[in-house]
Amino acid sequence: MKTYIISRLIQAVFVLLLATCIIFCIMRLLPGDPILLYVSQDECSRMTSKEEIAALRHRFGLDKSLPRQYVDWISGVVRGDLGDSIFWGTTVKEEIGRALPVSFYLGIITYILAQFIGIPAGVICAVRRGKLSDTVLTVFANIGITAPVFWVGILLIYLFGLYLGLLPIQGYTSPFEDFWLSTRKIIMPVFCLLLFPVSGTVRQTRSAMLEVIRQDYIRTAWSKGLTERTIIMRHAVKNGIIPVVTLAGMGIPMILGGQVLIETVFNIPGMGRLAVDALFSQDYAIVQGVALVMSTIVVISNLAVDISYGWLDPRVRYE
Amino acid sequence: MSGKNEMYTQVFEEVPPRVSWVKRFARVFFGRGVVVFGLVVIVTLVITAVFAPVIAPYDPYEQQLDNVLSKPSWEHLLGTDTLGRDTLSRIIYGSRTSLIVGIVAICMAATIGMSLGLIAGYFGRYTYTIIMRLIDALMTFPMILLALTIASVLGTGLRNIVIALGISLVPPYARLMCGQALSIKENDYVTASHAIGAGNLYVMLRHVAPNCFPPLIVLMTMMIGGAILAESGLSFLGIGVKPPMAAWGGMVAEGYRYLLTTPVLSFAPGLAIMLVVFAFNMVGDGLRDALDPRLRGTL
Repeated sequence: MKTYIISRLIQAVFVLLLATCIIFCIMRLLPGDPILLYVSQDECSRMTSKEEIAALRHRFGLDKSLPRQYVDWISGVVRGDLGDSIFWGTTVKEEIGRALPVSFYLGIITYILAQFIGIPAGVICAVRRGKLSDTVLTVFANIGITAPVFWVGILLIYLFGLYLGLLPIQGYTSPFEDFWLSTRKIIMPVFCLLLFPVSGTVRQTRSAMLEVIRQDYIRTAWSKGLTERTIIMRHAVKNGIIPVVTLAGMGIPMILGGQVLIETVFNIPGMGRLAVDALFSQDYAIVQGVALVMSTIVVISNLAVDISYGWLDPRVRYE
Repeated sequence: MSGKNEMYTQVFEEVPPRVSWVKRFARVFFGRGVVVFGLVVIVTLVITAVFAPVIAPYDPYEQQLDNVLSKPSWEHLLGTDTLGRDTLSRIIYGSRTSLIVGIVAICMAATIGMSLGLIAGYFGRYTYTIIMRLIDALMTFPMILLALTIASVLGTGLRNIVIALGISLVPPYARLMCGQALSIKENDYVTASHAIGAGNLYVMLRHVAPNCFPPLIVLMTMMIGGAILAESGLSFLGIGVKPPMAAWGGMVAEGYRYLLTTPVLSFAPGLAIMLVVFAFNMVGDGLRDALDPRLRGTL
């Protein structure tokens, strides 16, 4: 087990490197030139001379060969320097330092709530198959994976923000600044972010549990006279949870992805918004930095999933 | 002699008659109202998409600049947008975008992902490591962000959106298929098949793959809906089909700006997305129940 974890750690670093490679290549394939986009943003700089453009290009290292740029970027990352933003004139670290806590706060709340609501609801559905509670929860789960999050956001804004006037409709306030206002502001975004992970977890837990409940060892457990509670908790859930763990690992990129849309709708200055804005202004360094941070988060969660596989399902052998 | 024959007859009579799988499939599939509802919606959607020019009351690109942002009326059932274009007609034409993107992207993603996952899970060792680490690397980016990045590389347009989504949706298939294959190849029937001399390809396609299908079918149909959702997300953010072509997500974004005055502009296309995605999900559920191999030959 220990050697397995160590080898997975090495693989994780390898995956991160692969990911940086992929994002670097995709960004460099972007048509257009960030420098030209940058100098054309205000009127007088239209007259920028070729020499000045070349100087700018040199300053951001864009005149070097692609492999060289990649090596420069990675060695910078290792030293803790993520590069400079071309468009905003700040460092990538500053931008991410501003955006990450916002997204992290929203993401953590969403993730925890999603597991706490999703898994028990899914188990209840499977155990009470065909009963009223199953029907109601399944309908809700189906609506959750069906509705476009950005549209739900707009509906909520219309209903609670504009029509009833109960909640603020835009922006973000740090919980350390004004806890009450911050909480009121994140209710709608978190609700939207929750929809997809919760519904996915409910559906997956339900179908996984239904598979398990039909197995022989569950019948054996019943015939031994164990209580329903023991059978569900000890026998069914532990075996049925494997696909759910995969989904819980996938849930993190799902939440990060949801933030791309939701932060745009609610005008929240998080990582998703930063990535979209940077992508539209072709700010290589920012997009790469955001992608790297997101990748790191996801790699760590994938690692946790893989390790927990062995703990949950001894049939999966490590080679 | 005659006594033995009688015994055989008795045994055979106790076995219930085998039902053909088509019959069984139909009975399970059409047994649930909500699945039939989903199927009806999908059929309607396909008809709408194919016959859009006949069904739509107006030309979706025709601008009536003297009649912008009008409220729903008998003339324009869902009102008009900022350029005076009929919203209902644009929703009808938008069904083409959603349907094409959803189905083609999923087929592309599923074919690539399932093959990769099956090979990785079945062969294990280095094959597993190489394939799955590449998938992991792709998967470390949130799907919508990856699609957004690829789409901005390829540029707008229907084909590019399909490719962007097709690539971004590969990882879940590969991962799920691989996990299933890993678990299933440990089963006795796989060992037994090897023991009677079956080759790798045969075992993979005959024993491992079919047993992976139930969760994959759920995932695939769930993700046709998912792909339609993702497409709407992309076009909501402003990267999608070329304007003036209609896409539901883009229409929601357009309507968002006029939420106070004409909320229907934003509500209606969103509802269309939801209805279609719901239909695909329900049909997926029905397919899962009907394709469950453990129910084969019963009912």
